[in-house]
Amino acid sequence: MQIKKRAAAVALLTAATVVLTGCASGSTTSSGGDAAACEPSEGKVDLTFTTWIPGMEEVVAVWNEENPDVQVKVQTGPNGNGGTYQNFFNQLKAGNAPDLGQIEYDALPNFRVQDGLMDLAACEGVLDAKADFVDWTWGQVNFGEDDAVYAVPQDAGPMAMFYRADLFEANNIAIPTTWEEYAVAAEAVRATGGYITNFSQSDINQFAGFVWQAGGSWFENDGDNWTIDLTSPESVKVADYWQDLIDRDLVSTNPPWTDEWNNAYNTGSNWTWNSAAWGANSIASGAPDTSGNWSVALSPQWAAGDNAAGNWGGSSTAVFTGSKHPYEAAQFALWLNTSDEALTMLNKSANLYPAAKSGLELPALKEGVEFYGGQAIYDVFAEASGHVSPDFIWGPTMTQVYNDTSDGFKGAVTGNGTLSDALTSAQKSTIDALEAQSIPVNK
Amino acid sequence: MSTLTPTIPAKPARGSRSTEAKAPRAQRESPFARASAMIVMAVFTLYFLVPIWWLLVAASKSRSQFNSTNPLWFADFSLFENIGNLMAYRDGVYLKWMLNSALYAGGGALVGTIIAGMCGYALAKYNFPGRELIFNVVLGGVLVPATALALPLFLIFSQISLTNTFWSVFLPSLVSPFGVYLARIYASASVPDELIEAARLDGAGELRTFFTVSVRMMVPALVTVFLFQFVAIWNNFFLPLIMLRDETLFPVTLGLYAWNSQVNQIPVLRDYVLIGALLSIIPLIIIFLLLQRFWRNGLSAGSVK
Repeated sequence: MQIKKRAAAVALLTAATVVLTGCASGSTTSSGGDAAACEPSEGKVDLTFTTWIPGMEEVVAVWNEENPDVQVKVQTGPNGNGGTYQNFFNQLKAGNAPDLGQIEYDALPNFRVQDGLMDLAACEGVLDAKADFVDWTWGQVNFGEDDAVYAVPQDAGPMAMFYRADLFEANNIAIPTTWEEYAVAAEAVRATGGYITNFSQSDINQFAGFVWQAGGSWFENDGDNWTIDLTSPESVKVADYWQDLIDRDLVSTNPPWTDEWNNAYNTGSNWTWNSAAWGANSIASGAPDTSGNWSVALSPQWAAGDNAAGNWGGSSTAVFTGSKHPYEAAQFALWLNTSDEALTMLNKSANLYPAAKSGLELPALKEGVEFYGGQAIYDVFAEASGHVSPDFIWGPTMTQVYNDTSDGFKGAVTGNGTLSDALTSAQKSTIDALEAQSIPVNK
Repeated sequence: MSTLTPTIPAKPARGSRSTEAKAPRAQRESPFARASAMIVMAVFTLYFLVPIWWLLVAASKSRSQFNSTNPLWFADFSLFENIGNLMAYRDGVYLKWMLNSALYAGGGALVGTIIAGMCGYALAKYNFPGRELIFNVVLGGVLVPATALALPLFLIFSQISLTNTFWSVFLPSLVSPFGVYLARIYASASVPDELIEAARLDGAGELRTFFTVSVRMMVPALVTVFLFQFVAIWNNFFLPLIMLRDETLFPVTLGLYAWNSQVNQIPVLRDYVLIGALLSIIPLIIIFLLLQRFWRNGLSAGSVK
């Protein structure tokens, strides 16, 4: 009897929770991004802006000083995948999302398919701003639609090759300029006891950067349907290339961002890192003993004489549907991401590498960097950024894609399956994931 | 973590009772059994203490030595310098977080304990229709993890515009179904009906009886509830993560997590996360050391009966 009663109570409670949740989420009021109206508001406007970039408060304070009628309040939290994206979705559901939010390029499509982003094309100056940004970054925020803008690009992660100039020279190994030379150099490096680089089993967006450089793209959207192409010829080519290096023990396979990984660079056992502009500081802090010995060169190419580059990371400033002041929000986003003042501050406080063309010319990005033997490394990244393909498109479920691919990659580096097997299985699970969310997929 | 920590005091509870009972037989245990028990305990002690040791050592190193020296032994001792840097970073926002945590956990545990104590006492000592039903519903609440309620709470708080406020974290922290359960069990066992009757005859009102007579007998249970609740709120991470946007409202757990999520790009944060984590466990240690004395006294007092 007692047990029966208790069970009933529990059931009642569960039911109550379900009803509660159900009715709360039923009150969704977000209407799709509507570009029709973007008029200035009357009177004083208060905006909220959620970001996790350190030092953003100081930048916004400059704006607030100059624009007494449009006051922006900074809110913060962990980085996007650390919880802030989920919070954005919750807030969109509850109808109290901030006006502006920090969103990485690879997460934008997710917000787009959920109608979370306001189309800013009708806001004054936004379409014209296209010319101010490096071409490919604009492709990341308009999803290939000419008359739409879903966010303003903020920073980018054009990729290049960090390498130990001293070790290459001391061992008489030429700096590789193609991936073929890279593999040959890898053998020579291995003969000295080191590894040419580390293959990261969990930085799937680094791998995506390699595919990007090779001219591949993982997703495509024709306006209605998504096509998923994790196993495109370019993608498989890159996977097979790295698989070969792994099989021949020419690359190490430490989990990235661990002490082990830092140590491999710090002790000189790893010689190169194919990474993004923002990685310059990661090496400097992870491998402090190697200061002065590093240099940066353009990434190795698939065909000699090419100059393609990939991209790893980068984010944008988006305006959420439900914002009552899209005009002011758009003006702020443009100022934040194109004015030299703001970009200099962001570069200083958070190492952001600007997406705006003018940002690439900032004095701070023209100086020689001591850790890299005084080389003006950002010149290399500026050149790389100009060669990133505008055709790479992210899918709406990137977190799932990263997780599934990473699971497969972890197996591959320990000898279970191969990298291209991992892509094949991630391809399948991604189609399932999209279908589970009722997102139309071309099979 | 949050479920692990509270169980630690529960073990000595049973242990202290049984060692008292078994004390005379202790000599008869084989040395082998004793040794293996000691080994198991030693292994577990090591298992729990090594991470803290690592944290202490890591927090005392400068950044350049962090990767290059033995992770389990000290290099140049720059702990205080590191603490100074942490306090100076972003105008001492870390101190603000610690203060917030103390407010959420201290205030929440105090008020939550009073509510749970009154509720448990009422369920134990008053006869009214629906008493068992209420108790069972509360008991059902023990089974629902707080994490599962965070999102519904967020949606409800959104409707009354209370998200991103102090109250959005404080109010939900006041509820402790387990506290009610414990208070009821303890009150029915340790507060004699005769005593309440006597207080009533002497003319004390119900509220006065509770606060002057019954609370004193329930102190051990209330301290336990306070301790559990304090640790649970201090470690509660998901609710603030969902509710709070304003950095000045963050508890220390959320603040450190936010920093840690940016270590790849802002490497200096790594030092601050380490020192911050070390400092953030100190209040928990202090409160455990202070309260466990009460708590042990209370238990042995109860066990005699």
